[in-house]
Amino acid sequence: MTSTAVIDGQQPSLRTHAHDTVAAGTTHAKGQQHPIRLYLVVWGWLFVLSTCSYLVDYFGLHGYLRWSLILLFMILKAGLIVAVFMHMAWERLALAYAILLPPVAVLIFVAIMVFESEYTHFIRALFFASPT
Amino acid sequence: MAETALTNPGGSPARAAGWQGIADDWSSDQRAFKNVSWGKAMMWIFLLSDTFIFSCFLLSYMTARMSTTVPWPNPSKVFALEIAGHHIPLILIAIMTFILISSSGTMAMAVNFGYRRDRVRTAILMLVTAAFGATFVGMQAFEWTKLIMEGVRPWENPWGAAQFGSSFFMITGFHGTHVTIGVIFLIAIARKVWRGDFDVERRGFFTSRKGNYEVVEIMGLYWHFVDLVWVFIFAFFYLW
Repeated sequence: MTSTAVIDGQQPSLRTHAHDTVAAGTTHAKGQQHPIRLYLVVWGWLFVLSTCSYLVDYFGLHGYLRWSLILLFMILKAGLIVAVFMHMAWERLALAYAILLPPVAVLIFVAIMVFESEYTHFIRALFFASPT
Repeated sequence: MAETALTNPGGSPARAAGWQGIADDWSSDQRAFKNVSWGKAMMWIFLLSDTFIFSCFLLSYMTARMSTTVPWPNPSKVFALEIAGHHIPLILIAIMTFILISSSGTMAMAVNFGYRRDRVRTAILMLVTAAFGATFVGMQAFEWTKLIMEGVRPWENPWGAAQFGSSFFMITGFHGTHVTIGVIFLIAIARKVWRGDFDVERRGFFTSRKGNYEVVEIMGLYWHFVDLVWVFIFAFFYLW
């Protein structure tokens, strides 16, 4: 993260003379100036990744291969959207971590609910499952 | 670090990066988010809370699906469409995904043109985004109609576990509501941009505050979040 360049008081981007310093995508000009090309490239990648995840279903992949591919494409897409479209890659880490770390706690909730639902499933199979 | 208070708009000293930066920003007895306006910070915090809401929905869906002894309906078949005599699995959802991603692309470009103070392009791109969003909601209405006609209800469906219907209507319904609100939000902001409110610093009728083009970026954060949630719904509900 080389771009601690702009720390511009309260209101970024208000000046008309803020010319597009269309340098590399990492230069943090006044109020998030990045070349349009960057957005088009990310847009293209999102299309490719969505097509890939659709093809997982189209070709009917199964089991762990299917699940890991779905998760991989999902995480890549989510990462691209948050990092580039939502500009998180250029924010200061204090904001990025404040927003991105709390959702990680959801994974603990997932683990708890996996235990819970496996127990429920076990009990149901034991006492209530009717042969269909 | 006393001299980096808010009252110092001109050249504040360079701030540390990395962990040192986080510790400095949070412990400085000032605002923690140094170069982020309150509007943007509040939108991020709202989105964080919305993340937890959708997480809870997806978790309840996971719990229902894992704990039922009845087989789960196969989404690949449920959401298949017959197009020109061909039976294509999940095609409607795939098209909806591409539409929402495209709307995110146009939104990102609208934010960019906003910061270049290109009023007309910003407004047009925002309206294109709104049109994509409205198309998405329309397709979702079509999907709901189709499923309801086929007998899907929150308490039963013809193919398997009864919880399929309640999870489906809950998750996609809540997401569709978000998209609808986003479309209204987009049109409202696009109108302001078109009228040049942010160039002449016209005061808003509700807040009496002067707006600026950062509003477009804040609006964009919400819109990209809607797209982001769809990525997870697509993966967990439709593909899993």
